[in-house]
Amino acid sequence: MSNQTDNGERHTIAVLVDNEPGVLARVIGLFSGRGYNIESLTVAETDPAGGLSRITIVTSGTPQIVEQIKAQLSRLVPVHKVSDLTKEGAYVDREMALIKVRGSGDKRVEALRIADIFRARVVDSTNESFVFEIVGKTGKLDAFVKLMQPLGLVDVARTGVAAIARGAEGL
Amino acid sequence: MTDEPMTGAKILLKALMDQGVTDVFGYPGGAILPVYDELFQQNTIRHILVRQEGGAVHAAEGYARSTGKVGVVFVTSGPGATNAVTGLTDALMDSVPLVCICGQVPTHLIGNDAFQECDTTGITRPVTKHNYLVKKTNDLARVVHEAFYVARSGRPGPVLIDLPKDVSQGLGHYTPLDAVAHRTYRPRVEGDPGKIREAVALMAAAKRPIIYAGGGVINSGDRASDLLTELADLTGFPVTLTLMGLGAVRASHPSFLGMLGMHGTYEANLAMHGCDLMIAIGSRFDDRVTGRLTAFSPDSKKIHIDIDASSINKNVLVDVGIVGDVANVLDAMLREWKAQRYQADRAALAGWWDQINTWRDRNCLAFQQEGEIIKPQYAIKRLFELTRGRDDVFITTEVGQHQMWAAQFYGFEKPRQWLTSGGLGTMGYGLPAAMGVQIAHPDALVVDIAGEASIMMNIQEMSTIAQYRLPVKVFILNNEYMGMVRQWQELLHGGRYSESYMASLPDFVKLAESFGAAGLRAEKVGDLDGVIREMIATDRAVIADIRVDKNENCFPMIPSGAAHNEMLLGPADKAERPISEEGMVLV
Repeated sequence: MSNQTDNGERHTIAVLVDNEPGVLARVIGLFSGRGYNIESLTVAETDPAGGLSRITIVTSGTPQIVEQIKAQLSRLVPVHKVSDLTKEGAYVDREMALIKVRGSGDKRVEALRIADIFRARVVDSTNESFVFEIVGKTGKLDAFVKLMQPLGLVDVARTGVAAIARGAEGL
Repeated sequence: MTDEPMTGAKILLKALMDQGVTDVFGYPGGAILPVYDELFQQNTIRHILVRQEGGAVHAAEGYARSTGKVGVVFVTSGPGATNAVTGLTDALMDSVPLVCICGQVPTHLIGNDAFQECDTTGITRPVTKHNYLVKKTNDLARVVHEAFYVARSGRPGPVLIDLPKDVSQGLGHYTPLDAVAHRTYRPRVEGDPGKIREAVALMAAAKRPIIYAGGGVINSGDRASDLLTELADLTGFPVTLTLMGLGAVRASHPSFLGMLGMHGTYEANLAMHGCDLMIAIGSRFDDRVTGRLTAFSPDSKKIHIDIDASSINKNVLVDVGIVGDVANVLDAMLREWKAQRYQADRAALAGWWDQINTWRDRNCLAFQQEGEIIKPQYAIKRLFELTRGRDDVFITTEVGQHQMWAAQFYGFEKPRQWLTSGGLGTMGYGLPAAMGVQIAHPDALVVDIAGEASIMMNIQEMSTIAQYRLPVKVFILNNEYMGMVRQWQELLHGGRYSESYMASLPDFVKLAESFGAAGLRAEKVGDLDGVIREMIATDRAVIADIRVDKNENCFPMIPSGAAHNEMLLGPADKAERPISEEGMVLV
């Protein structure tokens, strides 16, 4: 996945927020209200004891817009920390997908073969279908989905990107 | 927590008292009845009953802006909440600290489309600085204390607390103020020392500098205004102020060039265009200030001081952005200037002032007061002259031509004296805001400079003014048009005055009398001074209906889509320069 998009540079931003009602609506409302792009957004509680959730947003824009996005996120009251992983150094980003493929005969064999190449696991199977679980970068998942298309692709469920900085330092 | 359980309503009132609240503006209703019941049983907090919730929020804005305290509003659920939305948005745009307590249907009915239910936190999320839905009585005191902290810290703004009826009626424990510390919100108030050094070095080297200051200076407190004036005195730099910043440096200061922007002065806008260093202080490069961005001050380095990091580089890219409270940053800048023994470039500055003075000599605010018909500018000028020297005058406005004329012709000598709806441009702001100012300053002269169209938007508040015997003066520049709409239709829409004529206006003198106020009218120039004097001398509310020239336009003007150096100075200018297609789509 290239870092350049039609809208400008792609950035992966991690946001640590209080896990309180409405916090996700605040973040999403900020993006829609101010016309920013969201390519991917994931959120889950990451520190139940501390009541914290981590949101990972993949967005794109001109450098000025990306700086605005970070400043706007930072001024939301329940936001603890905003980190531009793309700007701040190396990071790891992964996405998980569950992919249902229906077929028989050669197509079914071919789907399994490709799944093996992509290190996708079979997590459900019937005589006429598989559900694959695949983890990787967004581009890898895109490629896998594309290859499954002619082999009987039925459904795709993707988590969106989760990302974390490389090295010993925390957010 | 203290041991004694109390109702939520009692907890709320106790928390407000601990916050030092003495006045609340509001309107009762079913969902907030427990709070009103508690209000009835105490004498510390005075409640001002408005006539529509929108009036309550603007009144609280007036109260907050004129005092620097947090304004407090009580409204009920559903329509009470939705009526408050405009005022909350206004407060957000103009950075006014408010706490709005909003009744809500009981928690078990939330989401069921109950009577007078609406998704208040959903509706108000984008128009408040923060909002809360309180689900447990035990959380209430903490939420109230947090709300006050959030409303007044950093860039101030409105905070809403949605309070379900079972929470205000139920029992819980109080959390004292000193036991509450916000988990996350710690706005940066001290500027980065390295950037301050960089900024001050740029200032020392500047040849054509300008200070462009805004409402952030007022919000930072009177100390910020004093420091700004000190900076202007020390450096000899010219100063221009935004609509929201008027009074931050006294209007009579020799370095003050007047307001800038769409209806700003020629000298202020050309100095912005031609400067080599712009020092933006607590101002936000609003589109009314910048004109066409691509042509905005093309040859200058820019320093921007703002407490809100998201204001920096939002509209205009700057060379040095300093996040911090204006007073702290100015103090650090002044110390740095003195420590480095910097001297402004006197020779260059003298040349710059010569240039500015040639612009000043154009006398861009000139108008012709001829004949019997009162020019609106003249009316404001006389109001200013006849109230000059008093240090207890507050001016509020509605929105439109009269607002711009007030900004141009009334000289504000100190901060917090001038209250206007700048960001949102809310017609109907001025009357309730004046009410709020008068509650906070009972003996002051509070004048709402209004238009006859705007005043009708919240005219019901005359009844509140009557109830509390507030001596608010309403000074209506009556031209029988939505003047600014008419002006734009004349300049941009071929003189097709679509729906901008105010037919069937009330007789404002009789209207005043029906509310127990004095009604005055000036129809000719000769009446004006007498009416103004009588208005000032009257110890109760007054509506002064000043009949002004119906066709007068507000100049100078930067047409939409134009640059600072493409100002229209008067009616003769407009024919020569048609407004561009791109300009037409802008507001």
